[in-house]
Amino acid sequence: MSVIHGFPALLQAADPNLPPVSGMAFFIFTIVKMIIIFTIYMVGVAMLTLAERKISAWIQDRHGPNRVGKGWLQPAADGLKNFMKEETMPEGVNKPLFVLAPILSFIPALTAWCVIPFGAPWPTRWGRIDLVVADLPVGFLFILAITSLGVYGIVLAGWSSNNKYALLGGLRSSAQMVSYEISLGMSTIPVLLLAGNVSLNSIINQQAWGGWNVVNLTVAFFIFMVAAFAETNRLPFDLPEAESELIAGYHTEYSAMKFSLFFIAEYASMVTQSALMATLFFGGWDVPFTAHDNIGPYSKWLSLLSIGIFLTKILFFLFVFMWVRWTLPRFRYDQLMSLGWKFMLPLALAYIVLIAAVLLGLSAAGIDEGYMYAAILGSVNLGVIIILFVILDRGRIISPAYGRMHPREIERLRQLDKQLEKRRPIPAEAGS
Amino acid sequence: MAIKVKVVERPIEDVSYVRATLKGMALTVKHLFDVQGRVTTQYPEEKSPISPRWRGTHRMLTTETGKARCVACGLCPTVCPANCIKLVPGEDEEGNRYPLVFEIDEFRCIFCGYCQEVCPEEAIHVGRHYENSEYSREGFVYDLQRLMDQTHPVCEMWDPEDPKGE
Repeated sequence: MSVIHGFPALLQAADPNLPPVSGMAFFIFTIVKMIIIFTIYMVGVAMLTLAERKISAWIQDRHGPNRVGKGWLQPAADGLKNFMKEETMPEGVNKPLFVLAPILSFIPALTAWCVIPFGAPWPTRWGRIDLVVADLPVGFLFILAITSLGVYGIVLAGWSSNNKYALLGGLRSSAQMVSYEISLGMSTIPVLLLAGNVSLNSIINQQAWGGWNVVNLTVAFFIFMVAAFAETNRLPFDLPEAESELIAGYHTEYSAMKFSLFFIAEYASMVTQSALMATLFFGGWDVPFTAHDNIGPYSKWLSLLSIGIFLTKILFFLFVFMWVRWTLPRFRYDQLMSLGWKFMLPLALAYIVLIAAVLLGLSAAGIDEGYMYAAILGSVNLGVIIILFVILDRGRIISPAYGRMHPREIERLRQLDKQLEKRRPIPAEAGS
Repeated sequence: MAIKVKVVERPIEDVSYVRATLKGMALTVKHLFDVQGRVTTQYPEEKSPISPRWRGTHRMLTTETGKARCVACGLCPTVCPANCIKLVPGEDEEGNRYPLVFEIDEFRCIFCGYCQEVCPEEAIHVGRHYENSEYSREGFVYDLQRLMDQTHPVCEMWDPEDPKGE
């Protein structure tokens, strides 16, 4: 099709009931989607390393990389350097696992992307193309399953390196990821309760009708976000790397492209978690304040617009990831564990009960999805947040450097001190 | 031996993690957009000013006729604590002493500036210069010609009458 004919075709709205492509066209379009996504993803991850360095520099009043092609070619220069560097293989490593580990940490982050819908359906003359590589009916469960595999790469890297620091990093990582995965999973149950389905497309559709989940389920969003930081090993949860304690943690012994793969994996999982946050809580590719875009009639402009909106949301969350990294210091290990197990998990569980009760009440009152529905859920969330902020945020969420003591315990110690004071021999007077 | 229990009642603002986090994020984002506040010096293009008393690599000053002012008195190799100056004196037909060989090993030099202080002819100076890379170790042994060819400004010595250099 020539350009002149192609341009009006973009504006043309297609039939709402356009059937999805099938047969050979489906096969070809799926491969095309895979290639496009993989390319954009890899280039995006490379540019993210540049963005990270630029943002860190600006936050620290520096300029950041500005030499190789005004800074824009810095990722290419880094990549070239990593290809040219020597691949070290330290003595005593478990070779198969040592090679496998970077691959294992990289693949899950990438694979999770294949079920994330990134735009409104694209109409073609062969039929409707859903802008998702594989529209799995179990979409969200698939993501939970695949992203939890990411811990294997890190643990295997720590184990196979034959290095005590790497092993410690791997151990910490497994403890951290297992702890926070539970909160991550629990925080998404209210989302699934609202959507009534685990397919990501239906979650997006529900948000288009019933308002974004960040309003409906604010607390779940914050739990999910904190858990996502822990899952991606980003500050303030970067205990597996912990430069000042563990050299570089699990990737101490890695060099060249194997090290680079860990780096790519970190950014790839950041992108995946950002996309998940956008999809689950910020309406995915849904165009804000409109509801018709999810049912059609579809047009190519709408698809492009929705892709743009989805990318904007992802970039926003990636910025938050970097912003937080260059602001907050790392947690202590006990703070990490108590935050995960004693605060986030009970909160997530209680929140499921609360939301389930509210949903039950709303359906009993006969209120359908809409502004009223969102307003009630939003005010419930606001109440919960205020309660959490006032009651719990007094050194209870993150325990401070000094230990917390019950007032009764403090009183007991004071009494003990007084008794000992009485028994102490009177010091001899000077000069007597 | 008493147990001293010191319990500090800290205000909520001090123990609140959320408040501290938000405060910190506000601070970092302020710096993020503070374009004027970037402090890096873009080194090869722009250079930080150095002190007028900066003691860098040496320079031999010359007379109007283009000869070295050095009279080969031998004071600088004597005073040099690092023993980095090699001087072989010579004498011309009129009886004027001049250096046959004058070499300074900049690798041995500790840049104390004693040679400049001791020189009666104000011939040898340490200079206000710091970019000294070479491809070989031999390159750091500066001979007389090279010392004379240097053009960088020389170090201003500390003056007890004017300790702040005003």
